[in-house]
Amino acid sequence: MTLSETADMLRTIVLLAGPTLVTLLLAASPVAASERLVAAGGVVTEILYALGVEGRIVGVDTTSVHPPRALEDHPDVGYLRALSAEGVLSLAPDRVIATDAAGPADALDLVRQAGVPIDVVGEEPTPAGVVGRIRTIGALVGEEARADALAAEVEAGFAALQEARARVDGSPVRVLFVLSLQNGRAMVGGAGTAADAIIALAGGVNAVPEVAGYKPVTDEAIIAAAPDVVLSIARGDHALDPDALFALPAFALTPAAEGRRLVSMDGLALLGFGPRTPQAAAALMRALHPGAEIPAVLSGGADAVEATR
Amino acid sequence: MSAGVAGSGASVPARTPAHALAARRARARLGLVALVVLVVALSILALGAGAVAIPPGRVVAILRDAATGAGEVATRDALVVTGIRLPRLLMGLLVGAALAVAGALMQGLFRNPLADPGLVGVSSGAGLAAGVTIVLGERLVPASLGIDPFALLPIGAFLGGLASTLVLYAIATRNGRTSIATMLLAGIALGALAGAASGVLAYVSDDRQLRDLTFWSLGSLGGATWAKLAVIAPILLATLAATPILARALNALVLGEAEAYHLGIAVERAKAAIVVLVAAAVGASVAAAGVIGFVGIVVPHLLRLVVGPDHRVLLPASALLGAGLLVGADLVARTVVAPAELPIGIVTAAIGAPFFLWLLLRRRGLFP
Repeated sequence: MTLSETADMLRTIVLLAGPTLVTLLLAASPVAASERLVAAGGVVTEILYALGVEGRIVGVDTTSVHPPRALEDHPDVGYLRALSAEGVLSLAPDRVIATDAAGPADALDLVRQAGVPIDVVGEEPTPAGVVGRIRTIGALVGEEARADALAAEVEAGFAALQEARARVDGSPVRVLFVLSLQNGRAMVGGAGTAADAIIALAGGVNAVPEVAGYKPVTDEAIIAAAPDVVLSIARGDHALDPDALFALPAFALTPAAEGRRLVSMDGLALLGFGPRTPQAAAALMRALHPGAEIPAVLSGGADAVEATR
Repeated sequence: MSAGVAGSGASVPARTPAHALAARRARARLGLVALVVLVVALSILALGAGAVAIPPGRVVAILRDAATGAGEVATRDALVVTGIRLPRLLMGLLVGAALAVAGALMQGLFRNPLADPGLVGVSSGAGLAAGVTIVLGERLVPASLGIDPFALLPIGAFLGGLASTLVLYAIATRNGRTSIATMLLAGIALGALAGAASGVLAYVSDDRQLRDLTFWSLGSLGGATWAKLAVIAPILLATLAATPILARALNALVLGEAEAYHLGIAVERAKAAIVVLVAAAVGASVAAAGVIGFVGIVVPHLLRLVVGPDHRVLLPASALLGAGLLVGADLVARTVVAPAELPIGIVTAAIGAPFFLWLLLRRRGLFP
């Protein structure tokens, strides 16, 4: 056998064996296992981490603040609603998983044209929405079993929450969610918001059910709403300061001012409606009803959510 | 406007007006050549640079293949160059040129260097129409039509800009004569009205619509597609092509309307043409790229300091510098925080404003 014949034979073997080997590998493991993922939306990133597939993430958006290392470990593709087509493509993703707030539509279309599928999950602020998101994302990344386990855990959390809610007695606690205070004007969370949903889950009553969405309201509307508790987002330096808040005329005349009841919580945990929602609702419930009996399953653990008062 | 003459007189020994004029012409020619070089250089950079690293040789190969219709069409790199960067570059060139020329036209028409396209109501009209599309689109467009209301935004913005300009023009025109002063004042009133209506829209919009509105108003070339380009390019190219005809009229208008009329300029027709062209150019630009401020007001002003006030030079120079500024700003916007992207309005102001200030101070002798 001459040298060139040997080389030819080797080439034939490689040519035949190569594709076979690849096919076998593909058949043996789920296709998704090596997919490079871009997560657009804080809740998507949170669920991907909870499913243990953070190793496949190659980029996250600015709203992916939980876990905190998500934005440290991955390139930031920008704000969810102002994504850049070339920026996303530069990460060579196989799949983009986004919430339905992601945009702009033109940029998403360009990413799709480049052959990268974009899977959109809804943002419904309901227990069923949370479970649906977990299962949908689990199926997308080929981790159905882990997703089922996580979904079951979350469902159990919501069930325990419901029991705890049923045991809460006394008069209903009126909660006013304040998204921001600008020039002393409060932007509050009305009906149909994630804030409204989590207040209900925690056994509270939204103090401004007649407001639709997040809206700025007048001082008098806040006095009329008579909240027992003011709920806000803890955003590092931007957190509301109780001294400053209850010094404002609108808030000074509310029942909340008497007990100085301001509850601040992590924004994504409170409003994201992801895997931590049962714990977040339980933390809020503890803050609203100090005497409430809350099952152990809803407190502590790695994903503990704290409400500061 | 005598500043330009004094400026060139200081640097060139000009004993007679003829000498000064010759020096000015030479300088204008040099300026135009320099601007062409700038725009070409920035365009090459814009095609070659971006979040996706593609070697220059490959970019050239992709462009050649795309031009001849051969070879790789479907690869990711090819799509980035021909599907994202190229339409974006062309839109940047067109929108930048159109905004700067629209600014120069407005300043010539109003004989006021602070005039900008916003004065004829086109921006506020376009902005209001865009707000209506974003906030009420879902209610106005029957879901059964299967059209994404957001896709109607460019059309809405264009029609809104054109409609508000026509209303303004009708208000300011009496017996075939258009009063520029009335137009200015009515423009401010209409702008305030549109602002109030936009405020109402912002109030009734939900969180998501409000954010869409905010991001749209910051401007971006990120949505550039061939389809969008096909719609706005004819409008913008027609506007740019029509401007040289108006240069003589604008030069005469500098002296005043009556004087221009006695010089043989069809003043009313020129005014109507300018207003319609500006509405079309700005309406199409706003529709395609959102509100990009600063280009229309500063580019012509800056060039007046450099090449002088002659509109025969100023208009093409504005088109070139506007195109260069927008393409350059977009290059910065999409590369500095890659893979994310900055709103382009921030970058145009951040690049242009300090340069403009430096130019102003230098003319006042504060810098060597």
